[in-house]
Amino acid sequence: MEFLKELFSFMRARKKYWLAPIIVVMVMFGGLIVFSQGSAVAPFIYTIF
Amino acid sequence: MRILGISAYYHDSAAALIEDGAIIAAAQEERFTRKKHDSCFPHHALEYCLSAGNIGLSEVDYVTFYDKPFLKFERLLETYLAFAPRGIRSFAKAIPVWLREKLFQKDLLIKELKSIDPEFNASGKLLFAEHHQSHAASAFFPSPFERAVVLTMDGVGEWATTSVALGQGNALTTTQEIHFPHSLGLLYSAVTYYLGFRVNSGEYKVMGLAPYGEPKYADLILEHLIDVKADGSFRMDMSYFNYCTGLTMTNRKFADLFGQPTRTPENELTQFHMDVAASVQAVTEEIVLRMTRALAHETGIENLCLAGGVALNCVANGKVLRDKAFTNVWVQPAAGDAGGALGAALAAYYQHAERPRTVSSARDAMKGSYLGPAFAQEDIERRLQAAGAVFEVFDQDEDLINETVKALKAEKAVGWFQGRMEFGPRALGGRSILGDPRSPAMQKTVNLKVKYRESFRPFAPSVLREDVADWFELDDDSPYMLMVAGVKKGRRRTMSADEEALFGIEKLNVPRSDIPAVTHVDYSARIQTVHADTNPRYHALLSAYKAETGCPVVLNTSFNVRGEPIVGTPEDAFRCFMGTEIETLVVGNCFLRKEDQNPELEQNYKDQFELD
Repeated sequence: MEFLKELFSFMRARKKYWLAPIIVVMVMFGGLIVFSQGSAVAPFIYTIF
Repeated sequence: MRILGISAYYHDSAAALIEDGAIIAAAQEERFTRKKHDSCFPHHALEYCLSAGNIGLSEVDYVTFYDKPFLKFERLLETYLAFAPRGIRSFAKAIPVWLREKLFQKDLLIKELKSIDPEFNASGKLLFAEHHQSHAASAFFPSPFERAVVLTMDGVGEWATTSVALGQGNALTTTQEIHFPHSLGLLYSAVTYYLGFRVNSGEYKVMGLAPYGEPKYADLILEHLIDVKADGSFRMDMSYFNYCTGLTMTNRKFADLFGQPTRTPENELTQFHMDVAASVQAVTEEIVLRMTRALAHETGIENLCLAGGVALNCVANGKVLRDKAFTNVWVQPAAGDAGGALGAALAAYYQHAERPRTVSSARDAMKGSYLGPAFAQEDIERRLQAAGAVFEVFDQDEDLINETVKALKAEKAVGWFQGRMEFGPRALGGRSILGDPRSPAMQKTVNLKVKYRESFRPFAPSVLREDVADWFELDDDSPYMLMVAGVKKGRRRTMSADEEALFGIEKLNVPRSDIPAVTHVDYSARIQTVHADTNPRYHALLSAYKAETGCPVVLNTSFNVRGEPIVGTPEDAFRCFMGTEIETLVVGNCFLRKEDQNPELEQNYKDQFELD
């Protein structure tokens, strides 16, 4: 949570809100891939795509 | 107020501790882990700094990291977007590391700090300085100047690759920046890569190779690769480079421009390579000189401070000094990223905590850069005994020094391990290999039998400060071996046409002066002036050597072999001594002769290290 707050204040200070969707998508996909590795979630990943 | 500075995760991790503005300790992690340019979190260096300050981590007021990860990530993302879809391979390699670790660097740092002291409360204590702010702070705050222009140049930090700041008292204000991808450091690194050397460590080799060549391609570089304005500001033509999106520094267009493919490491170096090295060196000097002249003119300030990797280009530094656009020039000895740890701590003290600054009444506040670990005599003896070393202990310093002078006069390579370890890439008489500079054979012996490194590389002289002007075309302090100047004309010997035509070790072997072992082929030398106040024992050694020989100069090279970090402990020194043809080792007051040692302790040493 602290991380998100800091990231938000960084984007505000730099006036670069447009980076937010890119970072969010990358973190979500990255997290999904890491999470899916060797877990029971893996088969369901394919249905998302 | 106690502040810890940390640099880590890219290359040359380091830690530094300051207390009420005074520098207590600073060390690079590679010296402890024995891994050259180690980029890991600097556990060992940090623990050393705390022990040197006799404090625990919880007693530290601030911990400052040397760059800003979010800003760096912003640069990466914007660069990839600007070049998309090119760079997808590089993107796929870099981004996962960021998403896994680097983006969460604050958490990572807190975790690492807690592993040192579980009681450590990071709340409000963890600060982040900008990369070039750290460099600038490391250059200005320890300098002997109340007011100065601070010029930092390196590969890249977050966005900045070159920055200008004005330092006044405890204030340091950035006034100008040049941003990525336009970078003098990366231009030099690109040529380093093209010449077959490793980026981030081979730049010294390019500088050492340059005097063998002619700057035939300087105009080509200025015409096609980099557009330099009268004030030294520049823009590069990125179509010749690959570092924004690729996994290499240069591309085919770059090679086509010079007419030869990229050299592969360990392949033969030809005149072409020397000419390219000479050309990029000439361009670098031209840019740095244009910048310093313009800055001196614009500001009217007399003092200049330099830091950042480009400030390790001591040939360019020497030219800036001789150019006299600035009356005084001071270069941070740990000008590379390791020094960022110190700069970050100083920035926190003066800029964040706004503490007053008193300019050091000494030469500067770096204490000769002897900021690393030292070992007590008893400890040295115990460690050497445990390692199986046979040694004689001299209780009187005078006897120890006389015996060392004898070894030097007999043209022996002497390992010299004394006092605190140096902070920064140069060995300054704390962890050095010494030799007789008057011997024409010394350079060859040390290069090939002791250091196992390329034959073309020159060695540097240490000279008594009071005698420097008698031997070199320099009459300034150069305590950190960061100024290059010529050997005094009267001490030179002109080479014949046949000798001029020789290359590498052959040319280096031609006696070119009264001190051939430390005279480069262009009669230049990378000078370290030795001062009694910062290193009294080394000063005493040089004085005794002068009394015996009339020569106040010794050959000084770092105590390591090629690819190895400089030795950190007496055990490291003994291992290096037994694995090379160093004949004499002096550690504290212990004197070791190779012939006294157990031959079974000799080992194949040089192959343990990856070549740099």
